[in-house]
Amino acid sequence: MATVVNPVAERENYLNQEYGVRSWLLTTDHKRIALLYLASITFFFFVGGLFALLIRLELLTPAGDLVQADTYNKLFTMHGQIMVFFFLVPSIPAVLGNFLVPLMIGARDLAFPRINLLSWYLYIIAGILMMHAVLTGGVDTGWTFYTPFSTAFSNTKVIEAGLAIFVVGFSSILTGLNFVVTIHRMRAPGMTWWRLPLFIWSMYATSIIFLLGTPVLAITLTLVIFERAFHLGIFDPTRGGDPLLFQHLFWFYSHPAVYIMILPSMGIISEIVPCFSRKRIFGYSFVAMASIGIAVLGFLVWAHHMFVAGMSIYAALIFSFLSYLVAVPSAIKVFNWTATLYKGSITFSTPLLYAFGFIGLFTMGGLTGLFLAALGVDVHVTDTYFVIAHFHYIMVGGAVMGYLGGMHFWWPKISGRMYPESLGRLAALIVFIGFNLTFFPQFILGYLGMPRRYWQYPPEFQVLNVLSTAGSTILAVGYLLPMAYFLWSMRYGKHAEPNPWGAAGLEWMTPSPPPTFNFEETPLVTWEAYDYGNIDLPKEVPVER
Amino acid sequence: MSDSPAIVESHNAAQQHHFADMEQQRQASSLGMWLFLATEVMFFGGMFCAYLIYRYWYYPEFAAGSKTLDIRLGAINTAVLICSSLTVALSVRAAQFGKRKLLVTLLVATILLGLVFLGIKGVEWASKFEEHHVPGYSFHFEPQAPSHPNTKIDPQRIQIFFSLYFAMTGIHALHMVIGVGLFAVLTFYAWKGLYNSAYYTPIENAGLYWHFVDIIWIYLFPLLYLIDRKK
Amino acid sequence: MFDNFPLWPARASTTAGNVDALYIFLVVLSTFMSVAIFVMILAFAAKYRRRPGHAAEQIEGSTILEITWSVIPFGVFVVIFVWGAVIFFQERTPPRGATEIYVVAKQWMWKLEHEEGHREINELHVPVGRDVKMILTSQDVIHSFYVPAFRIKQDVVPGRYTTAWFRPTRPGTYHLFCAEYCGTQHSGMIGQVVVLEPSQYEAWLSGGSTTGSLASTGQALFQQLGCGTCHRSDTQGRGPNLAGTFGKPVLLDDGQTVIEDENYIRESILNPSAKIVSGFKPIMPPFQGIVSEEQLNALVAYIKSLNQNPSGAAGSPTLLPAGTQPQAPKVQ
Repeated sequence: MATVVNPVAERENYLNQEYGVRSWLLTTDHKRIALLYLASITFFFFVGGLFALLIRLELLTPAGDLVQADTYNKLFTMHGQIMVFFFLVPSIPAVLGNFLVPLMIGARDLAFPRINLLSWYLYIIAGILMMHAVLTGGVDTGWTFYTPFSTAFSNTKVIEAGLAIFVVGFSSILTGLNFVVTIHRMRAPGMTWWRLPLFIWSMYATSIIFLLGTPVLAITLTLVIFERAFHLGIFDPTRGGDPLLFQHLFWFYSHPAVYIMILPSMGIISEIVPCFSRKRIFGYSFVAMASIGIAVLGFLVWAHHMFVAGMSIYAALIFSFLSYLVAVPSAIKVFNWTATLYKGSITFSTPLLYAFGFIGLFTMGGLTGLFLAALGVDVHVTDTYFVIAHFHYIMVGGAVMGYLGGMHFWWPKISGRMYPESLGRLAALIVFIGFNLTFFPQFILGYLGMPRRYWQYPPEFQVLNVLSTAGSTILAVGYLLPMAYFLWSMRYGKHAEPNPWGAAGLEWMTPSPPPTFNFEETPLVTWEAYDYGNIDLPKEVPVER
Repeated sequence: MSDSPAIVESHNAAQQHHFADMEQQRQASSLGMWLFLATEVMFFGGMFCAYLIYRYWYYPEFAAGSKTLDIRLGAINTAVLICSSLTVALSVRAAQFGKRKLLVTLLVATILLGLVFLGIKGVEWASKFEEHHVPGYSFHFEPQAPSHPNTKIDPQRIQIFFSLYFAMTGIHALHMVIGVGLFAVLTFYAWKGLYNSAYYTPIENAGLYWHFVDIIWIYLFPLLYLIDRKK
Repeated sequence: MFDNFPLWPARASTTAGNVDALYIFLVVLSTFMSVAIFVMILAFAAKYRRRPGHAAEQIEGSTILEITWSVIPFGVFVVIFVWGAVIFFQERTPPRGATEIYVVAKQWMWKLEHEEGHREINELHVPVGRDVKMILTSQDVIHSFYVPAFRIKQDVVPGRYTTAWFRPTRPGTYHLFCAEYCGTQHSGMIGQVVVLEPSQYEAWLSGGSTTGSLASTGQALFQQLGCGTCHRSDTQGRGPNLAGTFGKPVLLDDGQTVIEDENYIRESILNPSAKIVSGFKPIMPPFQGIVSEEQLNALVAYIKSLNQNPSGAAGSPTLLPAGTQPQAPKVQ
């Protein structure tokens, strides 16, 4: 029996090129920075997830009997802040985006590698500030920081949390800046805009939002901090200010922020579905333009979070109409992904299972957005569990499933190892079931009238809350499984070929894992994107080289 | 990793390895700075938005507050910044022509002008503290000889003016400090002879940043100092 | 509906049925679309699973299809938008002649005052079939007045009035929730709306102590604070005559015309120099910090009552001698 000499172990790649803590902490290699981010955001996912479990445990019973009211208020606040700013916003861009953008366009690194490292350090500094706030008393304003509660009434670490979010926002601005410049200036010869992978288009659209939206959050938080620290009166009515001005400024960023959280995930789906159907994506240019359309239109709808805040009827009408407009490009994408499956040649690999989950759950979440955009219905369901269910369908059923699908899809490239496929499929199924059991009951709870951010609630809401909590425990198991087997695979997993899926894209033309400088020679691109008609499937057995 | 023979050339020492050539590096750096300035527009924009809304609602208070600002110092500062933008533009040109001494002189002049601006700003702020125009517990406002003799000034609303005054000029001043720091670093490298006709991108990009901060002031000055100054 | 497993709260207002109708339409539409997508995905995945000899067909796309599945959904969205907007217009337009309830929210309770003077804490008694308009403000942070059974919700903002209205259609007791996070006891700021048959409501009104109608409380305050010194009921006052002015346009000294609504009255009491009526001087002192929210409500109610009874809701106001200093009542 011939011994298969494993070529990968001997080949120099970005992981084994240099060892030691300094080589990681002072790296400017986008791939290593991606892994630094991976470790950091996973940590915060645990913290945010822990808070979520505590919330769900408290909500098992109508009475407030697990934690005190103030503690509960801190739990949902910090769950939101950590999950949004320290997990969801950076997750795909800072991990998969950092890793893949240069590879996908044929570049050796991002445009500004040192700024990339600076982004990560800013994230870490922000993370330390945030954890310090969490551990020395917490924040209880809700992740939305509404004034005047946050500026004049809360006795918690508002300034510290605000500062942490300011810094992490700056980190994401620099990431976005890096991506835009890289995509504009560092594409390999022949890699025209219309040959770019759709993941790149979605990274580009996301980066536009990073650049134009995040600074508004920064100045808003700055003004909140000034108001709290220096007794200025910008948003406080007792000092001449207007609380609604805060809401407008806050949501001007925070609505586009949700597109930051979903567009990258959509980009991943656009990579996975063609690969496992062996077909080019249906309607490439429409999907690309839809990404840009979502980014642009997303800036025009912020006040749909404020329909009952005391805005004029006419403003409400305009924002409601525009909100329906922004739903159209998302619908286009869902139809295009589905159409890509038509007459394909499909295998049910783990990444595709996550993609299916994404498409279905994102559709449900997006459709419930129609409920919220309808003014008459929104009056009843805003500020209830209906909204919570809606955005968790999009952000967890959508964005996180897309993230997991992407991690499974590119794991061989990133680590040089294969994960165990059957466990992968099992975990995807557990996540899907756990997710739906957790969040579907919340739609009903919301329409029945259960408000959000409630530590205690009337007993008639208990049954649905129990169902939801049960689901959350299943969901937790589903999330722990991949973490476990990814770690396992780094030591014991089968070594991966350069292109285990037979996927299209420049990243699959490098070894797994890639060398530090990505490409031996600058690629020359002469083919269209998703050229699946001309790509062979990989052989099953690793080939001796 | 091997270079194909055709590409063996002397790389500019300043070229970073991931760029194909200096031109790509220069274009990338320039685009990066313009994008960063776009984020700064959005950053200041949020504050300007708040300012415009409150000015529309609280015009009499804004007018009264504006009158307490020293228009001469504000005008001098405006002139100082415009001069500094001139020295910045000239320094880019000096770098382009490889004139090291001239470059260093102009960079130092820019820094000095920036420091003058900050000094004058400090004087203005100090006088605001003395007059108890700082929002907070010790705030107290006496309207000066008003142009509308019967206008009553709401004590809360006038604080909004001063809150925005300090926030806007404060954040602008912070950007000036960063600019001065940036130029100090550039001066050091310029003195070492790093910049020449083949490589002066940092001067150019820092210049863009400085011009931007200057433009913000050009907006701040009339908006804050020149409300209702008809006579 | 589905007593053991309700999918919506009781329908107890005229709006509830309208909102539910749109909701059910959206549920049906969403179910249909979700099922369709799921079924299509699974059907395609099954039908086009990988088999030897069957290669995938490389299809670029189809502009016709793209346009179709952009335009048709958008058309449906427009229908939903219009439907929702119509309901919203109704929800935001209180009918004339509605009974007014003044609501002051504070951490963590609801204080409600009827026109007749009844005060309630965390409870609101109303009769079936009568329009009720609420005028809401907060003493501290933003709250939100939410009655699921009526399908109404309105944020209650400090520093201004917001309004909401409903007409109850079924007697019963319904939850009142605070729906905007407001601090420690946000989830404890729960009350109830008690809808009574008209006869029962009259009985409730006559029982229990009242301190006089809200408007008469306001009238007393009006005298006590010295408002009548300038706001006389003739044209000789240094301030405008307030009789019959509520709801009408007011010409300001800068040429603008505004409608005298609750927020205008509130602002004119707390910060009079913001808007000066044409022909008058800006000499009214501000009452910020001198009157409480409840007192503001009473003054507003009084000024409104002058529309019906120009000489005063409960007899003519006594003019205080010139030079009398207004007394500052205790702030609650």
